[in-house]
Amino acid sequence: MTPTFTHDFNTPVYKGKSSFSTGLYINGKFVEGSDGTTIDVINPTTGKITTRVAEATSKDVDIAVDAAQKAFDTTWGLNVGGAGRAKMLGKLAQLMEEHQQELSALESLNNGKTFSWAMNADIPIAIETIRYYAGWADKIHGQVQETDEKKLTYSRHEPIGVVGQIIPWNFPLVMMTWKIGPALATGNCIVLKPSEFTPLTALRMCELIQEAGFPPGVFNLLTGYGSTVGAAIASHMKIEKIAFTGSTLVGRKVMEAAAKSNLKNVTLELGGKNANIICNDADLDQAVSWAVHGSYWNHGQACTAGSRIFVQSGIYDEFLAKFTEKSRALKASKTWDKYGPDSYQGPQVSKNQFDRIMGFIQSGKDQGATVVLGGDRNGTEGYFINPTIFTDTTPDMKIVQEEIFGPVGVVIKFEDEEDVVQQANDSPFGLAAAVFSQNITRALTIAHRLKAGTAWVNCVNQIHPNVPFGGFKQSGIGRELGEYALANYTAVKAVQVNLGYIM
Amino acid sequence: MASIFTHEFNTPIYKGKTSFNTGLYIDGKFVDGSDKTTIDIINPATGKVITKVAEATPKDVDIAVAAAHKAFDTTWGLNAGGAERSRLLGKLARLMEEHQQELAAIEALDNGKTFTWAMDVDTTFAIDTIRYYAGWADKIHGQVQETDERKLSYTRHEPIGVVGQIIPWNFPLLMMSWKLGPALATGNCVILKPSEFTPLTAIRMCALVHEAGFPPGTVNLLTGYGNTVGSAISSHMKIDKVAFTGSTLVGRKIMEAAAKTNLKDITLELGGKSPNIIFDDADVDQAVNWAAHGIYWNHGQACSAGSRIFVQSGIYDEFLEKFTEKSRSLKVGDPFALDSFQGPQVSKAQYDRIMGYIQSGKDQGATVHLGGDRNGTEGYYINPTIFTDTTPDMKIVQEEIFGPVGVVIKFEDDEDVIRQANDTVFGLASAVFSQNITRALTTAHRLKAGTAWVNCVNQLHANVPFGGFKQSGIGRELGEYALHNYTAVKSVQVNLGHVM
Repeated sequence: MTPTFTHDFNTPVYKGKSSFSTGLYINGKFVEGSDGTTIDVINPTTGKITTRVAEATSKDVDIAVDAAQKAFDTTWGLNVGGAGRAKMLGKLAQLMEEHQQELSALESLNNGKTFSWAMNADIPIAIETIRYYAGWADKIHGQVQETDEKKLTYSRHEPIGVVGQIIPWNFPLVMMTWKIGPALATGNCIVLKPSEFTPLTALRMCELIQEAGFPPGVFNLLTGYGSTVGAAIASHMKIEKIAFTGSTLVGRKVMEAAAKSNLKNVTLELGGKNANIICNDADLDQAVSWAVHGSYWNHGQACTAGSRIFVQSGIYDEFLAKFTEKSRALKASKTWDKYGPDSYQGPQVSKNQFDRIMGFIQSGKDQGATVVLGGDRNGTEGYFINPTIFTDTTPDMKIVQEEIFGPVGVVIKFEDEEDVVQQANDSPFGLAAAVFSQNITRALTIAHRLKAGTAWVNCVNQIHPNVPFGGFKQSGIGRELGEYALANYTAVKAVQVNLGYIM
Repeated sequence: MASIFTHEFNTPIYKGKTSFNTGLYIDGKFVDGSDKTTIDIINPATGKVITKVAEATPKDVDIAVAAAHKAFDTTWGLNAGGAERSRLLGKLARLMEEHQQELAAIEALDNGKTFTWAMDVDTTFAIDTIRYYAGWADKIHGQVQETDERKLSYTRHEPIGVVGQIIPWNFPLLMMSWKLGPALATGNCVILKPSEFTPLTAIRMCALVHEAGFPPGTVNLLTGYGNTVGSAISSHMKIDKVAFTGSTLVGRKIMEAAAKTNLKDITLELGGKSPNIIFDDADVDQAVNWAAHGIYWNHGQACSAGSRIFVQSGIYDEFLEKFTEKSRSLKVGDPFALDSFQGPQVSKAQYDRIMGYIQSGKDQGATVHLGGDRNGTEGYYINPTIFTDTTPDMKIVQEEIFGPVGVVIKFEDDEDVIRQANDTVFGLASAVFSQNITRALTTAHRLKAGTAWVNCVNQLHANVPFGGFKQSGIGRELGEYALHNYTAVKSVQVNLGHVM
């Protein structure tokens, strides 16, 4: 019998109860880990333990893979047509919608993001993503190619089989849906490892997946550590494909493991140090508001964070003043209690992350940058960091080069368009970028020249389930979302039927 | 005051109640027709009146078109994004599912098809179709074309605007879903005329469309006659596209009207005289079962009916014997009886027409191998009928009968049968039965038809395109293909550097 986590939410913004199993979810059942060990799940607002969940080992990965393969060969894969898969995914979206508040509360409790953001951004995006991929499930089209009339040549887009998916802690539920949506729509079976920091919404989802009618073994959840479970998935000989979202550092390990084991196909969504270029002819007030969203959304814990803010000299002073004002207001006018109705920003996800960010802030100070705002902890309990702005940086500084993943923005003055495009592109990363300009030629030309998987024009951090997302260069391999994600989970088979050639 | 139709179903196969407004549905409201006239709806199992429904006139078409344009400019079209359109269509599918039995019963009552077929095929497929197009709504992709770096060139696939849709009486609810699905998914507003013979499920659907949350004016239903309402729609200057399913005869009128008015785009799904070719190396027992389905499904009232059954001489006798046996075993009876396979034809007019063809077959010297007569004395029931010993010029071989009447033709030669199969003005569907992969696929590829079934007949899927070659139609419905019927492509070219 696996333990149940029960929690009573009694907060200004939400009152309700949640109760669910904290075991691993393998072959349609909740079970203990093979070693009987558990992982403590911490509340980042308080630093205290929320609950324990079962810990998976590499042995559990083997068990899950077997169950997944069996399901693929019998009750899933091409044994269930697209319409059937569409129906189940549609039902899952519906169930998520019914439990939207509960899921938001759990996400907030576990990750630290405010209930308001979870309720208005995370969970709706997650629901929309599942609903979107439900719509693709019966539209996985092969192609017929014309060769000549003595032949029938066509391609089938078949599911790959058992796929491994490893997701991060910054948008736990959203990241889960980006992965399972296309994978299930195309008929694959999944072994998914959530972050050991933030497994709660993933665990709650298992019951919804079960209720939606997915056969046992189609979806399997293994909470565990990267160095054990993650490594086991990445190097498993019977997992045919792996999708990973997380740091570039770990992404390399995943790809290496794939190379060394069975050459499993790999998609990676990694880090970013995204440029936000604000030209003289930008709508300044809009640029300020978007830049705040770009830096501080999700406490800066977004791979797309517009963390390098390039501001053209003509508007630099005015921008900096307004940007500082707006960033300061995030602290002043909003409460820090993530369940407060005016909350904007909660704590960073863990002590680990808190230390890391504070380390970067210190390095900025040490290397001579100017702290215009923040640069320090907020309060004495939990992992809260004040919105921080650095100026007077040089390109070689750590805070300019490396991904901080916290509420820390670097504002850099530029003169020349050519120069700023060159600076923006001068990074091993290439995830996203933004341009602010009211001039149509300048705005679009710069957008086209930025070496990034997403170029936002006069906006930042806008995500849609039907728009592809992914990185250039060391920010990743492959694209998620949109129709593009389907290609990550299908194996193309060309069928050639001879209707008349004689040997 | 628009009236309410209430009906208590108390039958061996279904017990339940339905109650709904029988007005026109315009701008989100049920209303009387402008002339306050009504149309009698007849139960083809008895020949008696079920109820009256409001009749629309060309004036009502104008009112509906105005409401549709207003909705298109404000609450629908691109004002409602794909995700929103998807959500509403998904909701509609769920509501249809909740009311599936009720819809099937109304369909059986109105059209005469059996409740079982209405449940297992018509309503199930209609729900699947709406759900399928719910999935497309947020996937209407434009394209970006590479020209050079001093330009951004892309296409938008915009909704057309206000579209007219005219549907037939043979699969009323199903035909409605084939039309509404892609039109609404792509953001259009709809003026839909159901058949005056079978409007009941369409009218019932309007209440569900309303409940699903589609803004007023997005879907408008005008029950009326072809020569008044249908004609007004096809010649309306403010309807930008018309889609019609029905006879080839009327299809011509639609196209002509479109040409003479505003050159509105048209798609047509018309008649067929589809060949079903059964080779010596077919699985004969399977071929017999499929052939029966091919001609008798829906009482032969299917545009795709495999009405010309070509059987190769090597298996002809065996096939004919087994096929006759099978046809004889089909139970003709009340749509709500537990074991009925085939109900009545939809109307007296259709009944007379089919009996007329049967007579012409006899007159022209064909052999009535089975049936050829009425079943019972009440309602429009016709026995499954088989003709043999025909010649290619006979009316029953050339023209679409649209009844449970199959023509079985012996053939010798592969080349000859393909030529005969293609020797028709129609080209809607075809079927080939052979276990030989080369013969089966090569023949399928050579048949001039929009669908070629191999070792099956009359199989339809929401995601597989359907439509006719030649005089069987223009354009394709279902699948991704249907989206093209309801989108207007706009190319946007943004100059980023070319200097004049």
